[in-house]
Amino acid sequence: MELVYLNTVWIVIAAAMVLFMEGGFGLLEAGFVRTKNAVNVTMKIFVDLTIGALAFWIIGFGIMYGKDTFGFIGTSLFGNPEHIALSIELPSAAFVLFQMGFALACISIVSGAVAERMSFKAYIVTAASISIIVYPLSGHWIWSNGGWLAGLGMKDFAGSAAIHALGGFVAFAMAKLLGPRKGRFNSDGSANVFAPSNIPLASAGAFILWFGWFGFNAGSTLDASNTSLASIALNTMLAGASGGTAALFLTLKKFGKADPSMTINGVLSGLVAITAGCAFVSQWSAIIIGAVSGIIVILATLLLDKIKVDDPVGAVAVHGFNGVFGTIAVGLFDIKEGLFTTGDSSLLFVQFLGAATVVVWGLAGGAIIAKICEKTVGFRASEREEEEGLDMSYHGIPAYNELERFADLPASLYNFEESTGISVAPHGEKEIVREIG
Amino acid sequence: MKKIEAIIRPERLTQTIKGLKNIGITGFTVSQVVGRGKQKDTQGVYRGKNYKVTLHPKVKLEIVLSDYMVKRTIQAIIASAHTGEDGDGKIFVHPILEAYNIRTGETDFDIDDLVNKEN
Repeated sequence: MELVYLNTVWIVIAAAMVLFMEGGFGLLEAGFVRTKNAVNVTMKIFVDLTIGALAFWIIGFGIMYGKDTFGFIGTSLFGNPEHIALSIELPSAAFVLFQMGFALACISIVSGAVAERMSFKAYIVTAASISIIVYPLSGHWIWSNGGWLAGLGMKDFAGSAAIHALGGFVAFAMAKLLGPRKGRFNSDGSANVFAPSNIPLASAGAFILWFGWFGFNAGSTLDASNTSLASIALNTMLAGASGGTAALFLTLKKFGKADPSMTINGVLSGLVAITAGCAFVSQWSAIIIGAVSGIIVILATLLLDKIKVDDPVGAVAVHGFNGVFGTIAVGLFDIKEGLFTTGDSSLLFVQFLGAATVVVWGLAGGAIIAKICEKTVGFRASEREEEEGLDMSYHGIPAYNELERFADLPASLYNFEESTGISVAPHGEKEIVREIG
Repeated sequence: MKKIEAIIRPERLTQTIKGLKNIGITGFTVSQVVGRGKQKDTQGVYRGKNYKVTLHPKVKLEIVLSDYMVKRTIQAIIASAHTGEDGDGKIFVHPILEAYNIRTGETDFDIDDLVNKEN
């Protein structure tokens, strides 16, 4: 009986930590995008936390954990997720809240990759679609008792595949279909750098994400009496640290400077990659997994530039590629069933299959959402909106106001001719020097 | 010797710099400025209240060069900064009396000669 109290406290706190990661996503993105779009990315995180949360509670949860049909989809619990029967000592409301945090994280991954050029209404459709069907469906396959990937024995402890790989490849499909931001790629194929608005702000976002990740991974035990909770948290820390270390040294060697945005993304990559295996691998394995992911993120970022997919914050490289790697890494490093530890490759095969399934479903889901947006509210911001910046176009307020540029001056103060009807300009002959072309 | 002061749209800056480079101009000063001319106010909304942004963000390019370069520079700026809508900006030409190079301490009647001497 005491355990249920302890579990309740632990999981509610862990859920709050996971939901706090939304703040991390918000600051990370606001720091990485250009100044004129910093409000827009923040508002998109609010869409996740509001519309996304409700959509998941009403419909998504039922698809994910409802009564299983053919191992494919859940079909009950719509509108009352609390009625789920849990076999663990935990109030179902705590479980629902925790799962909601996961769903929102998955949406927020996509928000970064489509930043600076997507229509705001299209983003609302996107957030709702991911929350209602795209995330819960593959989540059902992997995590629900009757899911077909779960039945094959796929191991994804806290969601490298179910959350990160899925979100990353939905993001990939949507970023690809949206096209790059205006002026991002030159005609010769090279990429231009767009000035990030604020690196310390992005770093603050990374620190919050890192903190939240302890709730994300260790909370996935759903059991406060589980002593592996501590080693899960330690594995999480080690993988994040080694991901950042690898990225820092690699950029130092490759570009001659320790690149802050790559270091941030290296840390996040380590955290993403260990998410699947944090409960199944040793501490040295966690360090190796983190280090490899720190290298993968840099190569993946360069690859995306090469194939001209514009991902302003690196969401595809961080979550997509390393979600897949983290899922496969369980098949290699798992203490009981991994290829490197036991020589048995059957788990590795299942992990491969699971990761591939999630990638295919992510790409398909992203493409479908893009199509729905195109047919309904419009997918991409207009050229004018994009040039002016989505902050002013969609939200009516810029992010930073160093100079007071607002006024309620009467028009007559500055538009003399229009307000008085008196012409002051002499209409003589004009020389036009303009040569356009 | 003249100074060309061009106030243009921020989103046309990269294009304009490329346009200047095409006619051989690679040295100039750029600053972020705000101001207003004919461009319509941007409608904003904050806490449910409408407001107007009456001063629009622009960038100012300052280029000092020889007289014979002035006309083609102006043409290059107009060609690359032009969109055809209110708010494209202005170009002003000022006379310049003298130019000095701080590093070498040299002076010249003509900024382009000063630059060329170095190379």
